[in-house]
Amino acid sequence: MRSAVRIAEEVRSGASTAVAELAGALEVVAARNEELHVFLYVDEEGALAAAERVDATVASGGDAGPLAGVPIAIKDNMCQRGVPTTCASKILEGWRPPYSATVIDRLLAAGAVPVGKTNLDEFAMGSSTENSAFGPTLNPLDTSRVPGGSSGGSAAAVAAGMTPLAIGSDTGGSIRQPASLCGIIGVKPTYGLVSRYGLVAFASSLDQIGPFATNVTDAATLLEVLAGHDPMDSTSLPEAAPSLVEHVRDGVAGQRIGVVRELIEGADDEVLESVTRALAALREAGATSVELSIPELRLGLSAYYLIAPAEASSNLARYDGVRYGLRVDADDVTAMNEATRTAGFGAEVKRRIMLGTYALSAGYYDAYYGQALKVRTQMIDAFARAYREVDLLLGATTPSVAFAFGEKTANPLTMYLSDVFTIPTNLAGEAAISVPFGTGEGGLPVGVQLLGPGRSEARLFAAARVLEIADGRP
Amino acid sequence: MSGALRREDVAHVAKLARLLLSEAELDLFTEQLSQVLEHASDMASLDLEVVVPVAHPFGLINVVRDDEVRPCLDRDEVLAMAPDAQDGRFAVPRIMGEAP
Amino acid sequence: MTLEHGYEMVVGLEVHTELRTRSKMFCGCANAFGAEPNTNICPVCLGLPGSLPVLNVRAVELAMAIGVALHCVIAPSTFHRKNYFYPDMPKDYQISQYDLPINTGGYLDLPDASRVSIERAHLEEDTGKSTHLGGSGRLQGADRSLVDYNRSGVPLVEIVSGPDIRSSAQARAYAQELRGILIATGASDGRMEEGSMRIDANVSVRQANAPLGTRCEIKNLNSLRSLHRAIDYEAQRQVEMLERGEVVRQETRHWDENLGETSTMRTKEEAEDYRYFREPDLVDLAPDQAWQDRVRAALGAMPAERRRLLRERLQDPTDAQLDAVEVVIDLALEGLVNAAVDRGADVTLAIARAANEVAAGIEHVTNLTPGAFTETVLMEQRGDLSATQAKTVLGELLAGGGDPGVIAAARGFERLSSDSLEATVATLIEQFPDEWGRYRDGDDKLAQFFIGQVMKATNGQANGKSVVLALQARR
Repeated sequence: MRSAVRIAEEVRSGASTAVAELAGALEVVAARNEELHVFLYVDEEGALAAAERVDATVASGGDAGPLAGVPIAIKDNMCQRGVPTTCASKILEGWRPPYSATVIDRLLAAGAVPVGKTNLDEFAMGSSTENSAFGPTLNPLDTSRVPGGSSGGSAAAVAAGMTPLAIGSDTGGSIRQPASLCGIIGVKPTYGLVSRYGLVAFASSLDQIGPFATNVTDAATLLEVLAGHDPMDSTSLPEAAPSLVEHVRDGVAGQRIGVVRELIEGADDEVLESVTRALAALREAGATSVELSIPELRLGLSAYYLIAPAEASSNLARYDGVRYGLRVDADDVTAMNEATRTAGFGAEVKRRIMLGTYALSAGYYDAYYGQALKVRTQMIDAFARAYREVDLLLGATTPSVAFAFGEKTANPLTMYLSDVFTIPTNLAGEAAISVPFGTGEGGLPVGVQLLGPGRSEARLFAAARVLEIADGRP
Repeated sequence: MSGALRREDVAHVAKLARLLLSEAELDLFTEQLSQVLEHASDMASLDLEVVVPVAHPFGLINVVRDDEVRPCLDRDEVLAMAPDAQDGRFAVPRIMGEAP
Repeated sequence: MTLEHGYEMVVGLEVHTELRTRSKMFCGCANAFGAEPNTNICPVCLGLPGSLPVLNVRAVELAMAIGVALHCVIAPSTFHRKNYFYPDMPKDYQISQYDLPINTGGYLDLPDASRVSIERAHLEEDTGKSTHLGGSGRLQGADRSLVDYNRSGVPLVEIVSGPDIRSSAQARAYAQELRGILIATGASDGRMEEGSMRIDANVSVRQANAPLGTRCEIKNLNSLRSLHRAIDYEAQRQVEMLERGEVVRQETRHWDENLGETSTMRTKEEAEDYRYFREPDLVDLAPDQAWQDRVRAALGAMPAERRRLLRERLQDPTDAQLDAVEVVIDLALEGLVNAAVDRGADVTLAIARAANEVAAGIEHVTNLTPGAFTETVLMEQRGDLSATQAKTVLGELLAGGGDPGVIAAARGFERLSSDSLEATVATLIEQFPDEWGRYRDGDDKLAQFFIGQVMKATNGQANGKSVVLALQARR
């Protein structure tokens, strides 16, 4: 598949058209979606209208944008006006939002062509897409295995060659982990870099929208389009989108890399091997390295599995059958709320709502949620101390390659552990990227993770580019 | 902390969260939630008296907007997605108590 | 009302006021009363999935103005979510302020010189409104309810007093003074009947110097009169319970204006667990000193200050005059009064005309210029107009503006010439020899009788003072 940057150049120059590119994408979707279950909804009509607008702009001599004509897949927890947005949940089945997320507006303004909404773990809660109310997505590289989650559909769309780009959301690793399991690039930007307006909230203080791509330059191009202040999101950073593409070729000479013990311990051997080789590649390109230990990171899982469900329990209260979505009738409104939510939510969502409600409830707040907030502050401080010694951190993205369906569903805790390396970044609000590097069991891809302080995306892309080249993808 | 989560706590929380659980689910959730909380006991037992929770990670404050009226949604479009509507309003089954 | 058996009541008031902003608290929907249902809604105030709140700067400034007017400390503050399910709450949580509110530690001085502490005055968003079908339109007995979200997201400030109030009269005075302040700051229009200002009362009783008793919260107080009555009823109810040896349960009670009693809404055991936590979609509020100073500088004089200045103009005011001053302050008419007094008008007369005639036509007060008011009062003072005539002129000015001199001339309110006044008095003296005799012998009360007769004879054109002078001259 050609890169997004290449497609956009060809569409802008007239060598190709947006409509033709869309047709190509839809062909692949048609060929593989039934088997892989990537898209919950393919918006042929809307995509065609967008493609035609791009071509009209080009024809009239206008600038069709940095993503002109590039087909893109959208995770189905982002509102797109008039298009079904289900969050892979029965409680929103059939709901069409009357407004679009800011990121959708930005993508359209950049000439991108949203093709459809991809599958996810219900309300973004999960690490395998097995929690979708509408069935799981299969990993295109091995259909007996999960694509990861919660943005499994978006990762699979790119890995299957359906669209060169996709966007997902990352709360505890939900972009980076599927990227790793599907062998593509996935970025969790600095908290506040990308607007959350229109992203159906899971955990408000942790959620960020980010790019999936097959290569670093595409990911940087897409992130530039998504990023920048949004007056509709009070938590968005005040500055305009940073310049990222121009730094992709900066290299890593003189960069200090910290290899964090807590971000590799417990990973499978083949994953460790990739991290080791990745470090070597960075050093060969002129970086220095040091081994670090950040013990505070060990508390990340516990803190996350209290903070995220607590915020989620509140964010998901609005699904009460009153104004939109599913309603199961009853004699009184409370009974209706209960019947609706019980029928509409899957088990994992219920579990997290319960956990979160408990963590916030009177008498338990200080011991659980209050404590988790303090742990989070400690983690932020710990990262800050580390970044005084180094410029970037290196670790694994997730402990293993793609696992089989049903392998981790018996005990929720088992699934939660796959987020152990990604969660700290969300808690700290900082940036991280998963880069495919090497393969493991059965040729399945391994991803390594580069982490940086807030607003360090340029530096991360530069290092990711070095790894990309070293891994044979110039 | 460990083993502190009782079945009645879970039942009470389900009510707060407007979820109906079967007996089997009540047992299952009690067990599963206990495990998660048990796992969190490493964190819960720390003495973090002096640590102050941080608000926005990058210290944003005073984010405000001007007091201006902007276009709003079309009522018909909004009510079209309502499960039940009447006289331009959202309809719900009877409300049992006054608002808190 | 004094409670029997040595009890005293302890009352705290919670006042919610809607803020007079153009748009809502967290979105750009219009903040307007009386619009067609669900015509001022958007993804944010409807709580649609993916929506996010952004704070209205004017709401913050009005909250700060209220804080300054109530002598509060304005401190860095945070927003919290108050979580509970109710159909009029689109997100099933309300964004409010919990342990770090914007204003704390203030006070309010009442006209009787008592002081009530203000614990806090914080920002929060309003809910939607439901109407109930079936039954009598009340909540109980309804089959279904209809919800309008126009009001959802309207900015509110909640003002919580300390438990310093000791009588229903004081509670009423507090509510009135607070209302005057809210109007004076521009924060509120104070219309209780429209729901833009709502009051809940926390009432408990105790023996003097005993620890605080269990309190009950009374809701649904839609007027100052309800406030007064409900507090007295509730305090009495609690005293009677305690005297019977019963224990007062902490609960929320509903005031029924028609039945004149409070009844249980919710007991403590059923109390909600709001699971407060910091609102992650908003950042902290920390108005710097410069911003606070700008708000302080822009604030006009508060009722207390305006009252003090007006009272200072009076010598030894009677209770009736002080009441009239209250009316003038309450209706913000002191501008008219001061304008007149500054040009030589008698302060008591100016206050009386403002508190009675102008107050009666207050909806049209913009038609009455300070100059026209001054002129009218001075004309009455000089004797060019009788009291009755002056009141008529004011009524006309309020109805349609204009010039007092022109209005008086058009109505034929000519000054009664001294000759015709003398002639009239002479005629009446002959007509009523007995009364004249008694007056001449020293019974001053009969001057009123003759004034009345002169008025009848001259169609109200005479000036009472002139009549008295004429009578005295003939004694």
